[in-house]
Amino acid sequence: MASVTVTALKKKFGQTEVLKGVDVRVPEGHFAVLVGPSGCGKSTLLRLLAGLEEADTGKIELGDRDVTRLEPRDRNIAMVFQSYALYPHLTVRENLAFGLKLRKTDPAEIENQVKRASDMLGLGALLDRLPKQLSGGQRQRVAMGRAIVRKADLYLYDEPLSNLDAALRAQVRVDIRKLHDELGATSVYVTHDQVEAMTLADVIFVLNKGQVEQSGAPLEIFDRPATKFVAAFLGSPAMNFVEGALERAGSAWVFRANGLVVPVDEATFAGGLEPGRKVTLGVRPHEVALAEGGGETTKLVVTVVEALGPETYAHGEIAGAPFIARVEARRSIKKGETLPIVFRSIHLFDAATGTSLRAR
Amino acid sequence: MNKKPSLLESAACHVVLVIAVAFALYPVLWVVALAFSGTQTPSARVIPVPEAPTLAHLSAVVGAARKVDGAEVWLFGRQLANSLVVSLATALVGVLIAIPTAYALARFRFAGKESGVRALLATQMFPAVASAIPLYMILNYLGLLNSRTGLVVCYASTSVPFSIFQLRAAFEAIPVDLEEAAMVDGATRFSAFVRVVLPAARPAIAVTALFAFMGAYNEFILAATLLDKEEMFTLPVMLQRFIGEYDAQWEKFAAGALVVSLPVMALFYVAQRHLVAGLTAGGVKG
Repeated sequence: MASVTVTALKKKFGQTEVLKGVDVRVPEGHFAVLVGPSGCGKSTLLRLLAGLEEADTGKIELGDRDVTRLEPRDRNIAMVFQSYALYPHLTVRENLAFGLKLRKTDPAEIENQVKRASDMLGLGALLDRLPKQLSGGQRQRVAMGRAIVRKADLYLYDEPLSNLDAALRAQVRVDIRKLHDELGATSVYVTHDQVEAMTLADVIFVLNKGQVEQSGAPLEIFDRPATKFVAAFLGSPAMNFVEGALERAGSAWVFRANGLVVPVDEATFAGGLEPGRKVTLGVRPHEVALAEGGGETTKLVVTVVEALGPETYAHGEIAGAPFIARVEARRSIKKGETLPIVFRSIHLFDAATGTSLRAR
Repeated sequence: MNKKPSLLESAACHVVLVIAVAFALYPVLWVVALAFSGTQTPSARVIPVPEAPTLAHLSAVVGAARKVDGAEVWLFGRQLANSLVVSLATALVGVLIAIPTAYALARFRFAGKESGVRALLATQMFPAVASAIPLYMILNYLGLLNSRTGLVVCYASTSVPFSIFQLRAAFEAIPVDLEEAAMVDGATRFSAFVRVVLPAARPAIAVTALFAFMGAYNEFILAATLLDKEEMFTLPVMLQRFIGEYDAQWEKFAAGALVVSLPVMALFYVAQRHLVAGLTAGGVKG
């Protein structure tokens, strides 16, 4: 086990700069998730950590070892591939033992390690089967087993759940977290699925266009997104955005857009408030409440209702922008109804740069 | 869901299959009948059964002997050995050269790759016979006329480009993830190639080797050009000698054709296990 320190890492493919100076630090034993949209560089970063790509500049350290220029086999890492990459001509047992054999591990020790890994993952009955005789979920577990059978300094996961159906994905996600808690191994996990990122990570790195846009604990990033991009990427349904400007209203501040007026808490956004500043208002669907009494409310004319059981989403428009509000599950809402709503919490982002106005 | 076919459907299906098999095998059965017929000339027979059955033609072809340098030589044995040795060596040399070349073309980017591939493709435009005379002169210069080595050199050089194309496609079809997984597991690129890629490509390698073998085993023009000593003949050249300008020994030709076919049939039988595609199934997602 080792910490991971990535410093000013850059990588180009031809003229395309995929990583533009990335810094990442994962403390020993932590589970880090690299998340971002397609093409953000997260998989390239993982492949650089594995040694499957060579960095142009920058440094990768595992503990106190500089591994930037080392071959994959010399890094002591294990990796679970998106495609599982099981050796098709070898049985499950031989797949699990492959890495240990290459490292000339004692046969008795190999047997022990294979048994330990197969017990942990429930692969005991499958050891003599070939990969083609396994289901998708079983193959995924063998791929996991092949990684954990070795005592690696770092475990890498490249979107390992993306080929599983929704129900299995949810279950394996929990299994992966349990396994991590059991092994305590330093792990880096790549996904574009924000639910996986939120549920698995000790620390999340949100990548965008080859750079780390924000890093931190999942809830910290969710509650205090540093940019509009991060705010939009994490959370499902996504945060609602309304373009407008800041104004003084007597001694207070308000956000105003096309008939919408929202009070702005000066303490929360101290330092970022300037009259006339173009900003984007961000409101998460769950940060909306139905106004029970009178007072200042915003009107949402419902165009679509999604009743999911535990919660209901009301779709409509506010100040010309599409808007989704989450309301309590059993509240009866009809299409065309006008809902009086209030915002329990808001986010403000600079309209030009997308950075949060929230005081740090 | 498929329903079980009725007895009538099943019978109709089998009748069609029997007719198709008979249609395909009819010429072969006709050759078999001819090979074991005691009559002198082939006659048009509807049902291919031997007339006055005999093993004389077969024993004449197989038992042919000749004095070479004062010693009695079993001619057919020598010619069979020539064919097998030359064909096996061609397949082996061709595949051994093609495997690393095809792998490099499938996996690496390097200067001259595309022009190299085009040059290889260009060599396929010319039939081997177009180079028969230059090959004759080169082998004559090297002292390799009338030798198995000379023939192997010629055959391998013509089979390698095709083998490269075939294996390149096979290597490209093997997911790079497999090699990368092996390298992360502790393998060098070479050992990942040997331990993971080669086993996954085994069916393609078997097919490629078989094609190279068949190409060499059946080749006639170059062999007829480069060999003029009877004890150095390959089997196709031996067979052709039964069809002269004024006289055609069809019964012996038929008997020879049957015997010549046997090694190839045996090879297919042995190799069929390796020819089954889909060994990579299940290794990656899906």
